[in-house]
Amino acid sequence: MTPDVILFLILAVVAIASALGMLLSKNAVYSALYLILNLATIAVFYLLLGAPFIAMVQVTVYAGAIMVLFLFVIMLLGAEQLRRARTLGWQQPVAVVLAVVLVAEATYIIFTKTSSLPDIEAAEAGFGSPQAIGELLFNQYLLPFEITSVLLLVAMIGAIVMTRDGKKKE
Amino acid sequence: MDENIALIIEWVLKAVILAFGLITGFAYTTYYERKLLARIQIRIGPNRAGPFGLLQPAADGIKLFFKEELIPAQAYKFIFVIAPILTMVPALVILAVIPWGESFELFGRQIALSMADINVGVLYILSVASISVYGIVLAGWSSNNKYAMMGGLRSTAQMISYELALGLSFVGPLMLAGSMSMLDIVRAQQETAWYIFYQPLGALIFYIAMLAEVNRAPFDMPEAEQELAAGFHTEYSGMKFALFTMGEYVKMIAVSVIFSTLFLGGFDGPAIDRFVLLGPLYLVLKVAACLFVMIWVRATLPRLRYDRLMAFGWKLLLPAALFNIFITAVLILLFDLG
Repeated sequence: MTPDVILFLILAVVAIASALGMLLSKNAVYSALYLILNLATIAVFYLLLGAPFIAMVQVTVYAGAIMVLFLFVIMLLGAEQLRRARTLGWQQPVAVVLAVVLVAEATYIIFTKTSSLPDIEAAEAGFGSPQAIGELLFNQYLLPFEITSVLLLVAMIGAIVMTRDGKKKE
Repeated sequence: MDENIALIIEWVLKAVILAFGLITGFAYTTYYERKLLARIQIRIGPNRAGPFGLLQPAADGIKLFFKEELIPAQAYKFIFVIAPILTMVPALVILAVIPWGESFELFGRQIALSMADINVGVLYILSVASISVYGIVLAGWSSNNKYAMMGGLRSTAQMISYELALGLSFVGPLMLAGSMSMLDIVRAQQETAWYIFYQPLGALIFYIAMLAEVNRAPFDMPEAEQELAAGFHTEYSGMKFALFTMGEYVKMIAVSVIFSTLFLGGFDGPAIDRFVLLGPLYLVLKVAACLFVMIWVRATLPRLRYDRLMAFGWKLLLPAALFNIFITAVLILLFDLG
């Protein structure tokens, strides 16, 4: 086994364990912490795949900014402890059934189509560098990129407008 | 294989030297701060332990080792114990991408004076900075104490707010140098001039935002003692408390190093092209100057009120940083600087 494979296996175990921890832990703060660990592990996967830019953005945006806000809200509302009352109801059995279907599908594909993966070439030099990504974003994908930025702007303005309305009613 | 082993030895040595340098730097930054504060307030300052009080940091360390460590009964113990570590680690690893000089030859090997010169260096710094808030928040939460909790929440809000201005003021030097690698940014400054001259507004915004990032006066809201006892570290004692202080000072050093690299030419200085090893010395001198201003600000300015602090960050610093980016881009296009 090459070092890459060993690293991948260790990371895979950490990623799955942290995802399970997030789902199963009773305390919302611990769930959030497991999710942070999970997101950070995925950032390392990106590094292994030769995409440092995406890895760093993953850590900054998801593991950093967004999860800090999650934690902030959990702590501010004092919502660490899960309530005993079952609010999910009928969704739980459905989730179990869907999970079983997914696992069955995955096993079927793994055991029937072993050699269907196409050969991929090694990434060229400079692949995934900030410069390469910038050039792609501003040339080939200019329109989707600009639309995304407008969407984000709309969401931002929407958030501000909603807080304003709330104040007027008081 | 020999080449690999040599590389591993080189990296380990560099990491150990950097970590020890930072921890020694921490010890003597406390001394530097106490002496300077004393000087500004017309006092004498520590002068008993050793000549000129130079052994004072060692004495403080020994004292903290023998203090009793308390863990509150209602605390979330695991988080309570790892929170100080989570504050300390980002502060130590953030400097891995900083260049301390050009490479030099030793035993027939080219040795680069930096841990890692990666093409996403600036992003690496931002991502480590965005992680570093967790230690303080978790310390506040796991103590199960309302003052600690308030301190932790304040620090989160403050650090998120000022991170934006900090990140945006990175963009100016980045556009001028045309690279995200810290080494390229320093080289570009050697060719033209230090970016504090090209980016005076950017440098000012960066400095203010970095004071808020490391929770220094006048932005030390998370530990405002009149309102919050001691803030997020109210329940900590002994070596765990020492780790928070250590984290704070190492962060001070780290942001000063980053500021010097981005705006003060990094390792640049007279005769640097002939004597490569002068690089670290120049950088240390620039960091000492940055720290001096930080301590000076602490001794001079009162703490901001919390709502004013947030308003200042969002309504003044953030628009100013955006304006700075706009102006920089226009000037680069007009005068073909990039």
